[in-house]
Amino acid sequence: MIKILKDIFRFYYEGFKSMTLGKNLWLIIIIKLFIMFAILKLFFFPDFLKTKFKTDEERSDYVIEQLTNPK
Amino acid sequence: MQQIDFSLVDWSRAQFALTAMYHWIFVPLTLGLSFILAIMESIYVKTGNPEWKKITKFWMNLFGINFAIGVATGIILEFEFGTNWSNYSWFVGDIFGAPLAIEGIMAFFMESTFIAIMFFGWNKVSKKAHLTATWLTAIGSNLSGLWILVANAWMQNPVGMEFNPDTARNEMHNFLDVLFNPVAMNKFLHTITSGYLLAAIFVVGISAWFLLKKREEQFAMKSIIVASVFGILAAVYTIFSGDESARVVAKHQPMKFASMEALYDGQQNAPLVAIGFFGSPSAERPNEQEFAFKFEIPNMLSYLAFLDANAFVPGIRDLVHGNEERGIISYKEKIAKGKKAIDALAAYKIAKKAKNEQEAKDALKIFKENFEYFGYGYYFNKDPHMLLPNVKISFYAFHTMVILGGFFLVLLMYIYFLARNNKLQDKRWLLWIALWTIPLVYLAQQAGWVVAEVGRQPWVIQDLMPNIAAVSQIDTYSVQITFFLFLLVFTALLIAEIKIMLTTVRKGPEITENSTKK
Repeated sequence: MIKILKDIFRFYYEGFKSMTLGKNLWLIIIIKLFIMFAILKLFFFPDFLKTKFKTDEERSDYVIEQLTNPK
Repeated sequence: MQQIDFSLVDWSRAQFALTAMYHWIFVPLTLGLSFILAIMESIYVKTGNPEWKKITKFWMNLFGINFAIGVATGIILEFEFGTNWSNYSWFVGDIFGAPLAIEGIMAFFMESTFIAIMFFGWNKVSKKAHLTATWLTAIGSNLSGLWILVANAWMQNPVGMEFNPDTARNEMHNFLDVLFNPVAMNKFLHTITSGYLLAAIFVVGISAWFLLKKREEQFAMKSIIVASVFGILAAVYTIFSGDESARVVAKHQPMKFASMEALYDGQQNAPLVAIGFFGSPSAERPNEQEFAFKFEIPNMLSYLAFLDANAFVPGIRDLVHGNEERGIISYKEKIAKGKKAIDALAAYKIAKKAKNEQEAKDALKIFKENFEYFGYGYYFNKDPHMLLPNVKISFYAFHTMVILGGFFLVLLMYIYFLARNNKLQDKRWLLWIALWTIPLVYLAQQAGWVVAEVGRQPWVIQDLMPNIAAVSQIDTYSVQITFFLFLLVFTALLIAEIKIMLTTVRKGPEITENSTKK
């Protein structure tokens, strides 16, 4: 089992190590994921209902209130 | 609900459209190029000819660039659901949960694992194991698409669920109904085959550039043969599934269908507008589009929609004002039924809180009887024409997609014919056309999604939830800020993709092969 895990690790390690173009791509992926999850999601995209209400019951009451009082 | 803020709705829609459209620049190439790679590698494994390995590796690098830059751009859409479209997200309930969870697992295990073997496994695993990984990457990425399209199809034709009035959420009652929703099956096949077509034209176009530069001619010709055959098959099936799609739309979303053809008055033996241009609207009907020029094919629309040249195709006016003779109820009636459903849901909630079971039961009965028109209730005391999609955009997008689809098929057939007879290199004008068809195939892809999504407006969930009820009550300026942030991030990603791809293409397969070996 440990040998298999070692082989898998070595496979990925050597694969990443031998990359040329791929290194730039990984840099782009990491920057992109950082912007998406550490900046956009954290500061600009809170889950509206999760941040505003504590329980599912409160959330469903709010949505029903919204849905049944159209202007 | 507070006063409807159309600028909030419009900005939220614009942001979602922007994100989805950028996301869809990356996805179709992944769907199609993965299969082209698998075919090329299969030829390599079968023949043992190292030229095919070189070809496979070159296109695999372009696949890798596209995959790396495009990966996770779709997650932004999920952020937007939770922030900008919270009523919708809640209302959808667990319907999206299962397909999106399966998509996540598929994407992670199938794509990520097999992509690693595909890129790192050359000379480390056997030829057959590597080929299996390439095929599984292709199958995995396409199956990921299935679950997303199942979710989208549910919005176009909600089935297999029951609305729970206590929680205000839809609950899945039949997973198979959701999965085998006729809209889902057709949408999946049409979408993935159009992705194959895009990838085929991408490969043919870039190979044409090599021929124009008189570089790597053997590589380019081999790539063109594989991609053009793949593309012809994909184009034929895309047209076939598009034809089927029209029938599905005519049945489940008749307003979208009428808008795609700008058909205002329903008729038997309805003609298809093959080509048309709008002029200025008339003074009597300022809200309606009028053709300045059109070329029609008699009976074709009736046949296209119902496989019967004599069939009646309802027009926009029939759908808005109703047509008793044809059994079409008016929007006014639907709005009244929708309002009943909304009021009954409110009454049910009040009765439940007051523990008045009989009143709750009565309210629930009225609610269930009228639920299929629930979304129309939001237009009570409003102009029913607010329920119309943008006819001009729907018409032009639909016709752009169809005309380009036909052009792609003819182009690929001609290119294949010349390539088989070794005459393609002499036709420089055709090679230039092949190269410049690459942006056109992306345009056709975007046009297809514009038809699907603009044509179903104002519905976020067909007949049940319009965008005005789906949107979160948040500040418009916050949506505006994130709109421009996304514009910036996605444009930067797109520029990076194009720049890296162009550099890799200019280097050519020899350099790519050598750099991979290092």
